[in-house]
Amino acid sequence: MTAIEILDLEKSYLVGFWRKRSKLALRPLRLTIEEGEVFGFLGPNGAGKTTTLKLLMGLVFPTAGRARILGMEVDDPRVKSQIGFLPEQPYFYDHLSARELLNYYGQLSGMPAKGRSARVEQMLERVGLSESAGVQLRKFSKGMLQRLGLAQAVLHDPRVVFLDEPMSGLDPMGRREVRDLIQQLRSEGKTVFFSTHILSDAEALCDRVGVIQQGELRGVGAVADLTSGTQGKVEIIFCAPRVPTGLTSLGAEARVSGNMVNAVLPEEQQDAVLELLRRERLKLVSLAPVRRSLEEYYIQKLRPAEGPPKEEERKGVGA
Amino acid sequence: MNSRIGYIAFNTFREAVRDRVLYNLIAFALLLSGAAILVGQISIDIERLVVVNLGLTAVSLFGVVIAIFIGIGLVSKEMDKRTLYTVLSRPVRRWEFVVGKFFGLTGTLVVNTFFMALGVFLALLYVTHRFERMDVWVLVALYFIVLQFLIVCALALFFSSFSTPLMSAVFTFALFVIGSLSEDLRGFARITHGVGGWIATAIAYGVPNFSALNVINQVAHGDAVAGRLILYNSLYALLYSAMAISGAVLAFQRRNLK
Repeated sequence: MTAIEILDLEKSYLVGFWRKRSKLALRPLRLTIEEGEVFGFLGPNGAGKTTTLKLLMGLVFPTAGRARILGMEVDDPRVKSQIGFLPEQPYFYDHLSARELLNYYGQLSGMPAKGRSARVEQMLERVGLSESAGVQLRKFSKGMLQRLGLAQAVLHDPRVVFLDEPMSGLDPMGRREVRDLIQQLRSEGKTVFFSTHILSDAEALCDRVGVIQQGELRGVGAVADLTSGTQGKVEIIFCAPRVPTGLTSLGAEARVSGNMVNAVLPEEQQDAVLELLRRERLKLVSLAPVRRSLEEYYIQKLRPAEGPPKEEERKGVGA
Repeated sequence: MNSRIGYIAFNTFREAVRDRVLYNLIAFALLLSGAAILVGQISIDIERLVVVNLGLTAVSLFGVVIAIFIGIGLVSKEMDKRTLYTVLSRPVRRWEFVVGKFFGLTGTLVVNTFFMALGVFLALLYVTHRFERMDVWVLVALYFIVLQFLIVCALALFFSSFSTPLMSAVFTFALFVIGSLSEDLRGFARITHGVGGWIATAIAYGVPNFSALNVINQVAHGDAVAGRLILYNSLYALLYSAMAISGAVLAFQRRNLK
């Protein structure tokens, strides 16, 4: 079943004192995400990621186009009980405790009183906030608020979870926990749509990614496909105090690090380099094809924007 | 009441109380205690008049200031801090949010007024040593003050649904001042003719009639308040608040939460 269906969704804002100038935030976006999929929405700051999420949450209204979640229009109130949302850099009511806040959100989500408290405690435990559950949120650090934000997003067991920059403001441990949480959601069959500009997170977590820049979707692809292709090169690492003579003539780019040499050379020179190592009696450590990384795909998709700006781009495009 | 409205109202009330909104009661209590002691020493035979006048005017002013300053922040603060995003991404309709916020603030003001009223009656007891039958009209004056708060709250919410907090405060306070002079405006409209007369009449009847809700001087003199006025004022305040809240809902309904 299709979880999210975005059909030519477009957003522009009227700006200026007389609100006569139009500022394009999102060009017509067409995207489909299947249920159970983890989808990463990648792009630099101001690319249109947050605008897309706000349109899907019904926080801003589209200039054109429409979107459906689980087969229902986004402004259908029934959708809201099936989705969870973590905004970027979330901020909550200062004078509530974490427990009170989750309880309040549980009430608003229509969770029955019976079992709500137990679920709240379970979520606090899951994001590591059990010990601070009674502390007012104004005393929380940015990382603690982010964890609480994640807890409120999945509190009511939604089928589709939207996360806007979920790793933002977290330390390495916190990021690891968020990654674990997303993986857990995937194993529970939830659909996760998250925006990020941290490519390693997207590569580790996503089934598919979409790259957006200046309000325009530049490309969509499965992470496995994007990173499986080799570039016709191999990387070889071997023990040697210096780069052996003859390696450069094979077309290798080599560098020495301590007693190791790391070289990248064309795939067809693989046998020749192994022969060279045998001849020189050098110890091979590893030999592996050089794979495409998500970063390369990302940069490749963003590159066309470096050309002369189009008419709308000159007017300015923001998130 | 729709349960979501109730949850939002309770949360608004809880936030306001914990945000030390009710701390004004301490200032109010000190003001009234000092005034009562002073009045007891310097007034002869008019202690009741002075204490009721001073006490009810203070209740009204304190409450209006709180209503404006919390009212204008109810929506804009949630937008600025983005707490609204996590509320509206749940099965909460925008009108439920606005109405819940209104009830929450109204509840805060009612509790606030209750404690201030307690202070007024204690001060009254201090200077007159006993309650009299006519003191019941002080309760009616307090009820009218609460009705004023309803209208001020609704107006603050209305302006803040499409304007900046500063402009909302200016508009609401201006309407409170003009509305307090509405009887004079109506008198002016009656003696003005032509286009000027129509404009004056439109303004006089368009602004909230806070004059009719002010019976402080009357009850301070121990005069009764007509039952019909109580009924009319109640209906007027409910209708005016409902109109302002409907306006707030309409403005908020299509607002982009950037």
